[in-house]
Amino acid sequence: MTVSVAGKAANDIQTKSILAPDARTRRRNAAEARFRLWGKLAVALGVLALVGLLLSILSNGLSSFQQTYIALDVYLDPAKLDKDGNRDPASIAKVSTFGYAPVIEKALSEAIAAKGIVVDGLSIKAAAELISKEAPASLRNFVIANPSKIGETVSFNLLASGRIDGYYKGRVTMESAALDRNTSPEQLRLADKLKEAGLLATRFNWDFFTAPDASDTRPEAAGLGVAILGSAYMMLIVLVLSLPLGVAASIYLEEFAPQNRFTDLVEVNIANLAAVPSIVFGILGLAVFINFAGLPQSAPIVGGLVLTLMTLPTIIIATRAALKAVPPSIRDAALGVGASKMQSIFHHVLPLAMPGILTGTIIGLAQALGETAPLLLIGMVAFVREFPGAPPQGFFDPASALPVQVYNWTQRGDPAFVERASGAIIVLLVFLVLMNLIAIILRRRFERRW
Amino acid sequence: MNNLSNITTTTMPATTKVAAMNLSKISARDVQVYYGDKHALKDVNIEIRPRSVTAFIGPSGCGKSTFLRCINRMNDTIASCRVEGNIAIDGEDIYDPKVDPVQLRAKVGMVFQKPNPFPKSIYENVAYGPRIHGLARNKSELDDIVASALQKAGLWNEVKDRLESPGTGLSGGQQQRLCIARAVAVSPEVILMDEPCSALDPIATAKVEELIHEIRENFTIVIVTHSMQQAARVSQRTAMFHLGNLVEENDTDKMFTNPDDQRTQDYIMGRFG
Amino acid sequence: MSVGIIILVVAVLTALGYFLGRRHALSLSAQSGRKLHSLPGYYGQTVALFTSIPAFLLLILWLFVQPIVVDSRIDGMIPDSVIPEGGARSLVISDVRRIAGGLDAVLSHGELSESALTDGSIDFSTIRTKLGEVGVALAGDVPTEVFEAAKVYRDSIKTGATAMAILVIALAFGFGIWAYRRIRPDMRARNVSEGFVKSLLIASSTVAILTTAGIVGSLVFETINFFKMYPASEFFFSTVWNPQFRGGSELGILPLLWGTLYVSVVALIVAVPVGLMIAIYLAEYAGKTLRSFAKPAIEILAGIPTIVYGLFALVTVGPFLRDYFAQPFGLGNSSSSVLTAGLVMGIMIIPFVSSLSDDIINAVPQALRDGSYGLGATQSETIRQVILPAALPGIVGAILLAASRAIGETMIVVLGAGAAAKLNLNPFEAMTTVTVKIVSQLTGDTEFASPETLVAFALGLTLFVITLGLNVLALYIVRKYREQYE
Repeated sequence: MTVSVAGKAANDIQTKSILAPDARTRRRNAAEARFRLWGKLAVALGVLALVGLLLSILSNGLSSFQQTYIALDVYLDPAKLDKDGNRDPASIAKVSTFGYAPVIEKALSEAIAAKGIVVDGLSIKAAAELISKEAPASLRNFVIANPSKIGETVSFNLLASGRIDGYYKGRVTMESAALDRNTSPEQLRLADKLKEAGLLATRFNWDFFTAPDASDTRPEAAGLGVAILGSAYMMLIVLVLSLPLGVAASIYLEEFAPQNRFTDLVEVNIANLAAVPSIVFGILGLAVFINFAGLPQSAPIVGGLVLTLMTLPTIIIATRAALKAVPPSIRDAALGVGASKMQSIFHHVLPLAMPGILTGTIIGLAQALGETAPLLLIGMVAFVREFPGAPPQGFFDPASALPVQVYNWTQRGDPAFVERASGAIIVLLVFLVLMNLIAIILRRRFERRW
Repeated sequence: MNNLSNITTTTMPATTKVAAMNLSKISARDVQVYYGDKHALKDVNIEIRPRSVTAFIGPSGCGKSTFLRCINRMNDTIASCRVEGNIAIDGEDIYDPKVDPVQLRAKVGMVFQKPNPFPKSIYENVAYGPRIHGLARNKSELDDIVASALQKAGLWNEVKDRLESPGTGLSGGQQQRLCIARAVAVSPEVILMDEPCSALDPIATAKVEELIHEIRENFTIVIVTHSMQQAARVSQRTAMFHLGNLVEENDTDKMFTNPDDQRTQDYIMGRFG
Repeated sequence: MSVGIIILVVAVLTALGYFLGRRHALSLSAQSGRKLHSLPGYYGQTVALFTSIPAFLLLILWLFVQPIVVDSRIDGMIPDSVIPEGGARSLVISDVRRIAGGLDAVLSHGELSESALTDGSIDFSTIRTKLGEVGVALAGDVPTEVFEAAKVYRDSIKTGATAMAILVIALAFGFGIWAYRRIRPDMRARNVSEGFVKSLLIASSTVAILTTAGIVGSLVFETINFFKMYPASEFFFSTVWNPQFRGGSELGILPLLWGTLYVSVVALIVAVPVGLMIAIYLAEYAGKTLRSFAKPAIEILAGIPTIVYGLFALVTVGPFLRDYFAQPFGLGNSSSSVLTAGLVMGIMIIPFVSSLSDDIINAVPQALRDGSYGLGATQSETIRQVILPAALPGIVGAILLAASRAIGETMIVVLGAGAAAKLNLNPFEAMTTVTVKIVSQLTGDTEFASPETLVAFALGLTLFVITLGLNVLALYIVRKYREQYE
């Protein structure tokens, strides 16, 4: 057999067995293993980042669903609360919250005395600071709503102040209280004794979901009511506007649009709008809807419009994919029995594409719900304590939004607001998870493979 | 069934490595291949002779490509694929757990159905294999390997002035010869070709066949082909597969003039496939 | 009549139009014995469409135009003399609006009669105290011109609203009746209604163009206003950012661009290697189980609102970096820093890099992998020397998209990067970005028509141009790449 020169070179390797890896192969396999390890590390890092993020939020925020309350029997003294003695709502309303503070103070000191609690070096004035500054206001609201109760002794669960609440959540300690102007170790000791006596308890915090925001000094009273309602209003507007607009635009582009300049222009615009930074939409909202069209600031209508424009590209892209997934045979079948093109689309294609469209819409809404930056620019950072009215007029009332409320609370000085902000994020994330679950279920149940 | 291949396998004892090397380069015993639940290859026994061309023919889906891909363990990349039985090269079982498929594939090169040059320059395409296997100590050695591989693939004269232009810019036939050059550059002992001409026009096919003819002295070549004329033109031995069975294996001349098996006869006459 | 009621009336008319039109078509066909060209519902539909759509269009148009017309009328009534020294016209106009709103409140309390207001029998001082009672506190003297303007403003709004209600409903009636009377059995009602629907579809698809036009228009318009007050060369080339409430601000974009760039680069340094390795591992190595769990987990990162990342930066990452790195090594004392924002933003854009790269790696033909394995390459050699070079253009596109995300991101930098505009190299220092300053300049108390506010539009335009450029480039590269393998 004749073997060429190159063949001889090949013969050198031929002598090697494939059963025993040579040094070079071992090196190469080690490099392979290293590379694989880097890949595993990257995946682990990605998953860890997610877990870390969620854990950090949960550990900071879960405590906001608990709140410390002090149970007191308050004697609603007519001499103080209704000086005219005629139970006339107008005259009762003249007594400001300052008039209610002494009533609570008295009730507290009686309760302390009745339980025989003694804490050295604590004046009754200082003891009353255990109770939130919000408590007189809620007491006043109760009295105005129930004037007949004046003169009776009524049991109330009054909010404890933010520092006391923080003490039971580990945020405030005896050491930090000693340095704190807003509380003192004596107050904490009194709180402990009240707890032993059963007057002070930490319970589930429904008010967190229903109460409006509260001022800087009353973190314990701050709630998400206005923010949740504002977000709900905006989502309603986004849904009502973006779904029909998005579906109509998609039907045109997918089914009717001829290949021309106009269509190209629309396509390019949709692709680019999907990638425009959200804050630019905020600038658009400020310039066009507020300055030019004169719509009110902080109103859900403006937020809704801005978020609609942001959500449209998402919905259009999802809808077009859903329309594309309906096989042409369906259209042909409809056209074949004499339906017009419009009929074939509205009677056959659109219903079949509906699950995909709805899934895309929900995902778009979920994105819009978490959007913060554009809402800052249209004035939704404002401090709003009043609930907006019923729609449609309520769309024009000032409101807040969930993610903006989070931002708002991070800008406050009291560390108790960080807990509130994290709690608000948990609420926001729960909404997002629910929306995505609905989307997934929709997709699973109605997804059709052709 | 009483055909020649069965006689050779049963009568030839593979006791000594030397004996096996002389008579057969690759020997397969009772090879079974499964894709998930599908039994794709059944009881394949074959001896493939060194420094010659063996052609696998048979209708589509008969398992000839599957068997080819077992020989350099390309089936490892398919998760659902399972191989049983014994395939040995030079008497060494390639499915032995100690075998590194990377080393095996350096010994058993492969050319694919569709030309698949890397999106790199012509030079880099050929130099890729020698580089990863560390066959060259320096640049000039690498240059020599590339030049010699391109010469063997009959591509040197066409591309020597544009080694830096992309390999994807060549014509289909040139791309396939580039892929052969790429395989040759690693100095394998066996080259597997999976329908190497099915995507080429007749002129390019003729050039590749000529090339196979020229390099067969230095390599053991196994070629899967759809075209019986091609099998007749390039191979010395031919194996016929049908429905996952190896029907017959014989000298090519005999196979196309006087096959032992009726199915081979029918296939060659064009009654099925 | 409020907008809600007008909409309700038009809706009722529309429904009525549908049923009447349908019945009319059927009865005409029965009378004449001729077969209808279209299904009867289509005749109803034409009437309904002609009733509702023009009316609604007019309504929307009116709502947009009326404030502009009223404002210009008010503007004409206010002489320059009543504008306080150093104040702005827009402030006076907003006073007019507040007084008008206050008057409404006073009237609704029944403390003042409509006639008393119009005949001028009451003087302004009594009104003033009443306004105070309903919560409209007025600063200083309010000139009579302003008070008169407020009254005109109220009147115009009221007349406008009445006129709008009448016109909209009349339009609905008019078109409805016209469409009703057009009905003949041989009328091609389906074609008419489908043509109408099609034009609605086309109109919907123009919303995207209008949005872009609105963005570009508002940004460019206000930016020009800004450059009239502040020199463009200063804005683009000054290295000092120091806005002042009382004018004399220095508004150089360079420190902001530097902060933006720095944070984005840190983010990309985190996200590109991690995201790319994730994509490679999931596409080439991972088994089905790991893929089905890790891929959605990482994509969840993309669905988390950026405010969540912002809070994460503020309460967890920032203090951690400060306490364990910056302070022990004497590098800084700030919890908000370039590194804080960059790290967190890096986590945020990991999924952008990984899922796009995943798609792109999967688009590399299997034949190239086979070719490489057939030569005896290991998997990592194949990935590094064949797949990645082949996928490079697509991956570059993915990275550019991620970069554009990072540059335009707002909440993470607002909460994590800080507010001090600095040209500094220390990543543990707080720096600020273009987006942070857009937020702070537009949410502050400064007057709108001042350079300190308008600069936000110039910043926004810069941001828009940069991100748009990156996106267009990225999409172009990715498209070219896909064409290569199709």
